[in-house]
Amino acid sequence: MTAQREMTTREPAGGAPLDVEAIRADFPILGRAVRGGNHLIYLDSGATSQKPRVVLDAERDFYTIRNAAAHRGAHLLGEEATDAYENARARIAAFLHAEPGEIIFTKSATEAVNLVAYAMSNAATAGPQAHRFAVGPGDEVLITEAEHHANLVPWQQLCERTGATLRWFGVRPDGRLNLADAGELITSRTKLVAVTHQSNVTGVVPPVAEIAAAAHEQGALVLADGAQSVPHQPVDVTRLGADFLVFSGHKMLGPSGIGVLWGRRELLEAMPPFITGGSMIEVVRMEGSTFLPPPERFEAGVPAAAQAVGLAAACDYLDALGMPEVAAHEAALTAHAIEALSGIGGLRILGPLDTEHRGGAVSFVLDGIHPHDVGQVLDELGIAVRTGHHCAWPLHRALGAQSSTRATFYVYNTHDEVDALADGIRQAQKFFGSESSGAA
Amino acid sequence: MELESMYQEIILEHYRRPLHAGLREPFDAQVQHVNPTCGDEVTLRVTLKDADGEPVLADVSYETLGCSISQASASVMADMIIGKTVGEAMAISEEFLRLMQSRGTAEPDESVLGDAVAFEGVSKYPARIKCALLSWMAWKDATARALDECAGAAPAVMRTGAGPDGDREQE
Repeated sequence: MTAQREMTTREPAGGAPLDVEAIRADFPILGRAVRGGNHLIYLDSGATSQKPRVVLDAERDFYTIRNAAAHRGAHLLGEEATDAYENARARIAAFLHAEPGEIIFTKSATEAVNLVAYAMSNAATAGPQAHRFAVGPGDEVLITEAEHHANLVPWQQLCERTGATLRWFGVRPDGRLNLADAGELITSRTKLVAVTHQSNVTGVVPPVAEIAAAAHEQGALVLADGAQSVPHQPVDVTRLGADFLVFSGHKMLGPSGIGVLWGRRELLEAMPPFITGGSMIEVVRMEGSTFLPPPERFEAGVPAAAQAVGLAAACDYLDALGMPEVAAHEAALTAHAIEALSGIGGLRILGPLDTEHRGGAVSFVLDGIHPHDVGQVLDELGIAVRTGHHCAWPLHRALGAQSSTRATFYVYNTHDEVDALADGIRQAQKFFGSESSGAA
Repeated sequence: MELESMYQEIILEHYRRPLHAGLREPFDAQVQHVNPTCGDEVTLRVTLKDADGEPVLADVSYETLGCSISQASASVMADMIIGKTVGEAMAISEEFLRLMQSRGTAEPDESVLGDAVAFEGVSKYPARIKCALLSWMAWKDATARALDECAGAAPAVMRTGAGPDGDREQE
């Protein structure tokens, strides 16, 4: 990255613009041809991001020269694999301004949410120190209508298992949370509040710190879903306000198969395990077992060390770009996309039309053309988008959409690609719309 | 452009002017099937009548919420099978399923499939196969239920593939 401070018209003030050309050269997949010989325009990073060569190399190097089961074996490779794995933990902790012992590796953000939800139902029988995690009849778990199914279904299930009641914040027509009834929803009955830190549909970034402060006043725990925030904006857990943060590696330039649960140390110390087995135990006897402290308590089985190492390399790559600069780049692309798409007749954007507290997911519905059909035409042009409800069915219902087409942006996307998206949508309208009116 | 191989004129025509659309009375069975990946829905009713001891599809009525492929498929299906015996319609359904699972390699039998041969291009796009199969799966399910309703027991073949997910057929 250059230290050049020159601003292009679309870059907001504050940071040097990303050198997108140089970034694109780091991503081998962006060089491939797709349908019809078109070059790839990848606007689906919200589903999974592409991987720079340094991440691929880090994973490959682990397997090539260090591969062994971490935390096992009395041999050199075992030691090196363990060091690589624990260094990755420390690197990811630094990315979030956390302590290494607060970073628990999971296979995904989804598993990380489930880890907390199952720890809470296990708390009923886990002794007095786990008491604050226990929920039952009369207790409430508070979520929002804007959640991805991964931060919704596990809480529904927790309530079904324990007899607790699920409540939720609704969303306003612009996709922002309706916090007007926070006083009624956050009460002494609330045991946990789970809220997205950035919507995967509308891009909305709710005021997590504000919600957390109200929840903490009532003694509730707070979990933030960072699957869409950690890859795209600077996240500092010491300022986030939440007690837990979950995210996945594959959406932030890292490998698939690795996710993270961050939790405040004193909570993790008291929290019972979810998945049990090898490497999380202290002593095992036939009559019963005791468990290691966190993070090991929550990492049963041989860990995904190569994936952790790949994720650490992704953190290096993102920090070299600078997370504020990444966020500014995406804000500029998002503003451009909102402007370009708003000019298309019959198109409605699901979510705010400004970039204030809003990330780079632009979902939309088009009069008379189903998202599958929009996506098909875009695919024909080499443009990869997501279609459907994006694992946020209740949010779509709340916004009056059966499904939508979604473009999401990342470090390698360009303003030309945003224009190509707008052109592609017009072509879809022409393909379906004009033919339709001609036949009518 | 490859797009035309999927969106053949016959498909677009059925999408713009769907045949036999809307839910009608009376009916023997009604089902609702959903494609869980995209939320597309079809509600479908089947009315049977007896023709010399053989069940005939007196009416198939439906309402769809979905893409052009799923809407056109419902229209083509209803137009082809209304008035056919359940056995004849089942044979068409099997041929259509074979076509959709062919990844573009099958040579569809137009004498069996009629307008439904137009979906050959869709079979090259795995993500869209479920769209084309949604109403066929709903029809099989509804027919099995209608036969249960009318005759007390349906032939075993009627019970396969009766679910919200077209891929179940492969299990």
